[in-house]
Amino acid sequence: MQPVFQRPISLKDVATHFCPGCQHGLIHRLVADAMDHFGVQPQTIGVASVGCSVFLYEYFDIDVVEAPHGRAPAVATGVKRARPDNFVFTYQGDGDLAAIGTSEIIHAANRGELFTAIFVNNTTYGMTGGQMAPTSLPGQRTLTSPEGRDVTIDGYPMRMAEVIAALDGAAYSVRVAVNSPKNILAAAKAIKTAFSYQIEKKGFAFVEVLSACPTNWGMSAVQANERVAKEMIPYFALGTFKEKN
Amino acid sequence: MSERQLVAGNIAVAMGALAAGCRYYFGYPITPQSDIPAYMAGELRKMGGTFIQAESEIASINMLLGASACGFRAMTSSSSPGISLKQEGISYMAGSELPGLIVNICRSGPGLGGIDPSQADYFQAVKTGGHGGYRTVVVAPASVQEMYDLTILAFDLSDRYRMPAVLLADSLVGQMKEALECKPYVPPSDLPAKAWAVTGKQGRKDQRIVKSLFLGEGELERHNWKLWGRAEELKAKEQRSEGKYLDDAQLLVTGFGSAARIAKSAVEMARTAGLKVGYLRPITLFPFPEVAFQQATATCKKVLCVELSTGQMVEDVRLSVARDAEVVFYGRPPGTGSLPTPEELFGQIHKHYGKGA
Repeated sequence: MQPVFQRPISLKDVATHFCPGCQHGLIHRLVADAMDHFGVQPQTIGVASVGCSVFLYEYFDIDVVEAPHGRAPAVATGVKRARPDNFVFTYQGDGDLAAIGTSEIIHAANRGELFTAIFVNNTTYGMTGGQMAPTSLPGQRTLTSPEGRDVTIDGYPMRMAEVIAALDGAAYSVRVAVNSPKNILAAAKAIKTAFSYQIEKKGFAFVEVLSACPTNWGMSAVQANERVAKEMIPYFALGTFKEKN
Repeated sequence: MSERQLVAGNIAVAMGALAAGCRYYFGYPITPQSDIPAYMAGELRKMGGTFIQAESEIASINMLLGASACGFRAMTSSSSPGISLKQEGISYMAGSELPGLIVNICRSGPGLGGIDPSQADYFQAVKTGGHGGYRTVVVAPASVQEMYDLTILAFDLSDRYRMPAVLLADSLVGQMKEALECKPYVPPSDLPAKAWAVTGKQGRKDQRIVKSLFLGEGELERHNWKLWGRAEELKAKEQRSEGKYLDDAQLLVTGFGSAARIAKSAVEMARTAGLKVGYLRPITLFPFPEVAFQQATATCKKVLCVELSTGQMVEDVRLSVARDAEVVFYGRPPGTGSLPTPEELFGQIHKHYGKGA
């Protein structure tokens, strides 16, 4: 019998620590599928960030360097420049990438570093218990915006895929979601495209993935998925913002 | 014997790094160390190495972390305020057991201060300025030749003990020109292979993970004791110092780096004047050469410590000699016009010589 569906070889056979309804596990799976697709797992060096995704090395069967909070793009720059023949990716959340690490991601993208950045945007700081993130939506209630995000005080949600696309050094920038089978398929395709930019040395590639955090949103998994469709996607438009040939 | 050249101390650091096989440089512009990145930018591109002028000091130390995690010799250089920004990365490197060279051509502070020679970053370098409790190798050159030699030594010690290394100097040593002999570098034959470096698994069964997060029961405590053990081994084996006139000294003059150079002139003046004054200069600040101080103060009961600060290394001198000798201090905190002259230090020698010794 020919197996038609199995665990990607790039993922280890372990249970994750992620909360019920969290979409990190799903996004891990899509990244691992893309690694398998191109057969790059033996050459891959992952760069983990600080937040819920810090345990990357527990789930991916690859070599990993753990970066300080926000610094994954700088660490990945050092890794990729030192080992240009390896496949290198970063995996960061919104606090890590769009607040404390804004400088590092902008400049890595602008230098056109040949690694792939996976950016998981769930509009909150998950690991620390649900504080306001740079991507929290106007009016979103969090531990540190108890009355809802007030844009006159807290500013506006950052649209990072568009910001990255505006930089000449970035070759590919896309925003996807994983809230429906259709969107998951599109996300899988976008991650593969992003990987191909590195493999074909076409330039820096950035994939923003809208993701649910039911625990910190105080919602069930189903409600959280509905929020992605009803609130996040209208603000964070899905689409490809940069696609250099 | 290799040729002697007239070069500035900062350039000697860069030449030493290249001789030691460093092909990765990451930095950010700041006075008075800018000759180092300028030299590296030219040479590394010719050699097929990597030079990146990063967007910040924070990015440059993390690029160093990444290149070092891959198993390659890599460095950054900066000056005091920039080194403050790198402290987070240095702590992560120490926690992740990563080698790497951080050059601090100090300027004066606190805050923006000025660009005068300063030794006020001793605490930050030697006691470590990042969080969490760790140690780094710290070397303190006092000549252009040592800028070259100690850069190489710093790479070797950093690799052997798997901890970052700091080269602590200032613009006096960094910008003066002296004759330099570029001795060819022969890597120590017993340097351990970097079997921890990330390469991609390449068919290897076990993952290689470079990290400083340890959440398992007892794991972090064991990790800390392991790091402590390496620092203890470093202290036992790698103390280095320069001594002169120690046999009959009645007053011992000490200092490091640029202050030590001035102090050495004062000691020579004292000897010419018939005063039995000795000289002891730490070359490694961590490990601090406490054994040399203990030996010297077995007979010499008074120590004068000279620094370009309000007094930092003097604390380690006191710890080293315990109650075997009286330790007095003379400092000139950095600033325009505050570099002491040899005559000024000779005056200090006169003041303390023969009193309480």
